[in-house]
Amino acid sequence: MKRKFPWHIVVFLAPAFLIYLVFSAWPLIDTLRLGFFTTNDNGSQTWAGLANYHSLLFDPLWSEGFWNAMKNNCKFFLVHMCIQNPLGLLLAALLSMRGVKFAKGYQTAIFLPTLLSVVIIGFIWQLILSPLWGVSEKLLGLVHLDSLFQPFLGQEETALYTLSAMSVWQFVGIPMMLIYAALIAIPDEIIEAAYVEGASAWRIFWTIRVPLILPTLGLTTILTFVGNFNAFDLIYSVKGALAGPNFSTDILGTYFYRAFFGYQSQIGSPTMGAAVATLMFLVILFGVGVYFYFIQRKLQRFSF
Amino acid sequence: MSQHKASRFLGAGLTQVILAGYTILALFPIALIIINSFKSRGAIFDNPLALPTSETFSLIGFQKVLKESHFTLYFGNSLTVTITSLVLILLFGAMAAWALSEYKFKGSRILTLFFAFGIMVPIRLGTVSILKLMVSLSLVNTLTALILVYVAQGLPLAIMILSEFMQQIPKELKEAARCDGVGEFKIFFQVILPLIRPAVATVAVFTMVPIWNDLWFPLILAPGDSTQTVTLGVQQFIGQYVTNWNAVLASLTLAVLPVLVMYVFFSRQLIRGITAGAVK
Repeated sequence: MKRKFPWHIVVFLAPAFLIYLVFSAWPLIDTLRLGFFTTNDNGSQTWAGLANYHSLLFDPLWSEGFWNAMKNNCKFFLVHMCIQNPLGLLLAALLSMRGVKFAKGYQTAIFLPTLLSVVIIGFIWQLILSPLWGVSEKLLGLVHLDSLFQPFLGQEETALYTLSAMSVWQFVGIPMMLIYAALIAIPDEIIEAAYVEGASAWRIFWTIRVPLILPTLGLTTILTFVGNFNAFDLIYSVKGALAGPNFSTDILGTYFYRAFFGYQSQIGSPTMGAAVATLMFLVILFGVGVYFYFIQRKLQRFSF
Repeated sequence: MSQHKASRFLGAGLTQVILAGYTILALFPIALIIINSFKSRGAIFDNPLALPTSETFSLIGFQKVLKESHFTLYFGNSLTVTITSLVLILLFGAMAAWALSEYKFKGSRILTLFFAFGIMVPIRLGTVSILKLMVSLSLVNTLTALILVYVAQGLPLAIMILSEFMQQIPKELKEAARCDGVGEFKIFFQVILPLIRPAVATVAVFTMVPIWNDLWFPLILAPGDSTQTVTLGVQQFIGQYVTNWNAVLASLTLAVLPVLVMYVFFSRQLIRGITAGAVK
């Protein structure tokens, strides 16, 4: 007996499939394709093979900017890995302890900045750090450290780290929440058993709880990676598309924007933009690949 | 024993100090901006840390923002885009999640993978072609363009969260309906859809916040004055009035306050939604 064609499945899937295909999957594939073309002066596009990639990676006119953005983006990511995620772990560990007063209140307050737009956060910190307003200088003065004050966002050596710190300040709530959820999901019996055996809270944390939440730590790492190598809004709203001073805060997102839309005397090129996007895609794919093939697979054995 | 007790007391104290300290650090910048937006220009500079008094209180910044920018329009645009996108993501996401988790058919695994791909790969990377596509559909500078992109962006994660949730719906419920001869569409819309309400909070958190706050797509797809969202509007306004501190502070406050008010009302559901989503 031949079964009726399952029309209902098609109807259920069609809207999501079509929108996702047309506005997400296809543009991505088309972008990968466009990266192999070059834009002529009259706007037409012709096949160029790997020429765009050769320029981006080796021709100083492009490659200097590209590698600079790549290097800055790696620093941006490292600051998040070294400060944001350990801080998130610390806060989550403290919040998940038993009998901590006001835990819910603290959690709610610390998560608030993640809900605000990066643009707003960028401007807020820009004002606070502004030498014109002098709030930070005054605050540092309260603890007699006002001599440490510098125009942090205006100096080449400090601008990128200052922006990274602003981003950490905003997003620490995300690892905190994810890790907190994983910590409270650990069955009480395991912890009880360790207490009965006489293990200290410190030891229980590092030898029992942390190994059990390794999958979550892996997840926060990859989410941070993807988020950081895709960042744009913060740098653009605080420093503009030129990511000054002297490109010291340029990351891949802002470099992509300039390659696509142009700046100053350089004309924007959709095909060059597509090539930059393709390289960003490869970076993200590499990160996600490492996550799935090594970390996720190894960690699954520990999960319960 | 007393030593043990003392160290525990010390530990609890240290915990409070760290948590309270970080909470202050998290709230202080936002509070500072809001407080100063209600002060006169002189007072902003003379004593930024003071609360507004009857002498220093001033609404001049807000007047400027509301007069010089179409803030209410931007707010309406953001609201339209976010709500429409969320409704479509939930509806289409639930339909697809139902098809993928309920029916066994050829290619269902590949389709699941196809959607899962979009969770990790940011839609931003396809911007060059999205802009090209929107130009050819003449959708540039329309809210429709934003909605379409945001629905495509939100669907993958929504489908994953909703599929997990639907697998927990007891089999008996659907089988009973099928035995009664109820059609597949009716089962979905009348039995399943009302049941997914608890998952809605989780999906809403993960899709609404990035849409409301996005700068990239409004900047590229809909920068026209009548289609600006709050995020883009504030960014452009501040770019223009950089030296007018009252106006800058007021525009930031206007952008923060609605989110703050929503958060006061919904933070419990929101945090529960995140924790529930994260454990899976």
